[in-house]
Amino acid sequence: MTARPAERTAPTTGRPDLPADWTSVRGGVGDRIFAGGALAAGLTILAALAGVFVFLLAKGATGFGKPSEVYGPHAESFLGYVFPLLVGTFTASAIALVIAVPLAFGIALVISHYAPRWLSAPAAFVIDLLAAVPSVVYGLWGAFFLARQLVPMHEWLHATFGGWPVLGALFGEPNTAGRSILTAGIVLAVMILPIITAITREVFSRTPRLHEEAALALGATRWEMIRMTVFPYARSGMVSAVMLGLGRALGETMAVTMVLSVGFDLSWNIIAQSSPTSIAANIALKYKERSADMLEVLVATGLVLFLLTFLVNFAARWVIGRSERRMAR
Amino acid sequence: MAKSIDISDVDIYYGDFLAVQGVNMTIRAGAVTAFIGPSGCGKSTFLRSLNRMHEVIPGARVEGKIVVDGQDLYDPGVDPVAVRRQIGMVFQRPNPFPTMSIYDNVLAGLKLNAGKLRKSEADDVVERSLRGANLWNEVKDRLGKPGMGLSGGQQQRLCIARAIAVEPQVLLMDEPCSALDPISTSAIEDLIHELKDDYTIVIVTHNMQQAARVSDDTGFFNLKATGQPGHLVEFNPTKKMFANPDDPATEAYISGRFG
Amino acid sequence: MTTTLLAAPEEKERVHVPLVRPRLPRLAPAVVGGTATALALLLLVLGTGLVTAAATGALVHLLVLPLWALAVEGRRGATDRMMTGLVWATFTIAVVPLVSLLWRVVSEGAGRIDGTFLSYSFFRTQIEQPVGIYHAIIGTLLVTLGAAAISVPVGVMAAIYLVEYGKGNKLAKAITFLVDVMTGIPSIVAGLFAFALFTLIFGPAHVSGFGGSVALSLLMVPIVVRATEEMLRLVPDDLREASYALGTPKWRTIVKIVLPTALGGILTGITLATARVIGETAPLLLIAGATDRTNMNLFDGAMTTLPVLIYGQNLRGDAPAEAIAWGAAFVLIVIVMVLNLVARIVGRVLAPPTR
Repeated sequence: MTARPAERTAPTTGRPDLPADWTSVRGGVGDRIFAGGALAAGLTILAALAGVFVFLLAKGATGFGKPSEVYGPHAESFLGYVFPLLVGTFTASAIALVIAVPLAFGIALVISHYAPRWLSAPAAFVIDLLAAVPSVVYGLWGAFFLARQLVPMHEWLHATFGGWPVLGALFGEPNTAGRSILTAGIVLAVMILPIITAITREVFSRTPRLHEEAALALGATRWEMIRMTVFPYARSGMVSAVMLGLGRALGETMAVTMVLSVGFDLSWNIIAQSSPTSIAANIALKYKERSADMLEVLVATGLVLFLLTFLVNFAARWVIGRSERRMAR
Repeated sequence: MAKSIDISDVDIYYGDFLAVQGVNMTIRAGAVTAFIGPSGCGKSTFLRSLNRMHEVIPGARVEGKIVVDGQDLYDPGVDPVAVRRQIGMVFQRPNPFPTMSIYDNVLAGLKLNAGKLRKSEADDVVERSLRGANLWNEVKDRLGKPGMGLSGGQQQRLCIARAIAVEPQVLLMDEPCSALDPISTSAIEDLIHELKDDYTIVIVTHNMQQAARVSDDTGFFNLKATGQPGHLVEFNPTKKMFANPDDPATEAYISGRFG
Repeated sequence: MTTTLLAAPEEKERVHVPLVRPRLPRLAPAVVGGTATALALLLLVLGTGLVTAAATGALVHLLVLPLWALAVEGRRGATDRMMTGLVWATFTIAVVPLVSLLWRVVSEGAGRIDGTFLSYSFFRTQIEQPVGIYHAIIGTLLVTLGAAAISVPVGVMAAIYLVEYGKGNKLAKAITFLVDVMTGIPSIVAGLFAFALFTLIFGPAHVSGFGGSVALSLLMVPIVVRATEEMLRLVPDDLREASYALGTPKWRTIVKIVLPTALGGILTGITLATARVIGETAPLLLIAGATDRTNMNLFDGAMTTLPVLIYGQNLRGDAPAEAIAWGAAFVLIVIVMVLNLVARIVGRVLAPPTR
């Protein structure tokens, strides 16, 4: 059906009444303009990414070395300012990954191997819905609903594990409103679940049927078949899915901003009354101050975050690319 | 340890679609039985129903009786995992596990059944299986290398070694030579001759000369018409089948008049 | 069965291997599941919390079935049943937050929706005047439209370059890779970028909805490129060659043949990308700001969007603010879900007929 317009347009460009011209000028100019436009769009993307770096640097470079009172009252230098934020960023992301990764792998297996065929498309749709919910709505849900629901869990964690040697450090005095870094991490986990699931389910379902059948024919149960064939085949895909999830968690703003009650004391306690916030959340919380000095510091922290996520994503893509090259061989 | 297989009134379905209808036959123990027939006639489907691999495909099911050693494979109490352990399978394309070494590939099936293997036992099993598959001399110096590094024919023999390492009663082969060159094919055919002392072998093949060369009995499957289920036309000793078939359709197929 | 291995050399003499292994009855999972559910309901009636009851029920199911299997079927059967239980449990766990969240938003937010809520802004000329989220709806639409106006041409043309012109050259590979990396840019960084760009050019006090559009387009372009690229690659080369053979120039081939064939997929991708950025908050906080008034000018002055409004109400934290936030969240979710639905329908309707 789509080939038809061409048949009609071809004669008009061919113009039988004109002498045959092998370097059809009209086509040539059109082609050059169109190709130029496409190239320009491609270059725009390169420029935009470079621009992110350049403009953040232009605006934020001075933020690295301000007089110490700018960073106050809790820090004296840029490093002192950004370090607790890095701790907060990584704590929240680590909690999110610990929760989300096993869940995501399990869900991916449900969709790729466990669910009957009629159920696996709806199941995938449900997980995609999780991805469609705006982050601010997650934040709202986390702050106004989940945090309140999790207060008993905080108390229980402290009462149960508070006296244990290692876990005791993680579960110290609980947050009375449930607005701990643990709650923020749980909300983050729900938010990064879909991306990890989407990638792993893709690689799980690409496991060659031949290998799966080889395992089954040797008398493997379903789980043994998955361990023998699916996991080894999907290993690098799983690694990069986790890294992409990490990249998303590191940069996600609203869940932490809206849920966490912010403090400045570094501690191992992940259910504490207050914890250091993340870089992204700190920017969202502080931008209103609009003092020129502080803004430059914030942009500088943003640059740190950008480089961090860039590295993580770069590594994730590299792992995917490497495994694809290996599979292609 | 070789066992015969008694098949009565077997119908095989994909969902509502009847793929193979009304098969009755007895596969002799310690012999090689070949299935031949045109593409799509259901011979591979039928082979896969002999170790309950058919039901791996969603919606696929089998009706009728397939009795091995006095036990109906499709009895409700039968564990398909146990069936596949006793009835091994070699596939159309060689499929060694890509992430495992040659050594681990051979042991893959055994490791499922026994948690821990002593090193000496494992070495014995690997050597015995690889010798059984005529592969030992070619790979004994590189057992730790990935199985994917072997040639196609060697990979297929590695898959046979993997299948016989668990000491099955029956070995099913689904066009095991169709992806191989003539030299590798003849190596596999020689191997089939040697294996039939210990195993009941059922082989699906597209190649009639191969059926004539390796098998003792032959079953000819055909379609009545396109869209109709496949069925067993004739089942006879190979010599008789190729010299003096009972059914004119068999003769037409063998003499190359169609298919 | 573990003994068969050790006995392997003597196995040749053994005549009978039982295929009927002791197995749990077919209904075993249902029986255990039913019992666990009943137990959970009983606990619920006895007054424990919903969470405790559900967790206990799930735990009972996840423990009892494998233990039973261990007694009857042995280690391998038990492992398989335990993993099956765990794998399905992960899915159930993931559904809980989704259902909880949607239920919250609908139950708290749907009641707020009426003509007043949708047609008044926060700006009041007298104290009695009702408030609504009209200004934020307008802001959301304008800012998102602005983002789409930037992203769609850039994204689609870039994808055309990658598929039709670049085909494997170094630049195309670099762009593909950077587009992948770009999908991972934190949204707040996109906001900082727009903020840095616009304040460096227009002075430190600059706020505008268009700045927000630029920030959002940074997040939207990679999605549009990926979707378009994928669709263009699906267009068979036969079609292109058929057109070239008729003497059609390359660009007309792309416009008249390739793009129409891939149109359904591209529109789906654009709609999904829009749905993704329409809910973004962080980038807009910095550059688009917030206001109580309805601002129709994309290029000047603060412009509130729905997500920013929700965030602002969350910061205030009092009961009326919370109510407005849920109402706005409901509207936002409806918009996002409608966009997702439209994307699916468009994809289905305009999909090239498959043979």
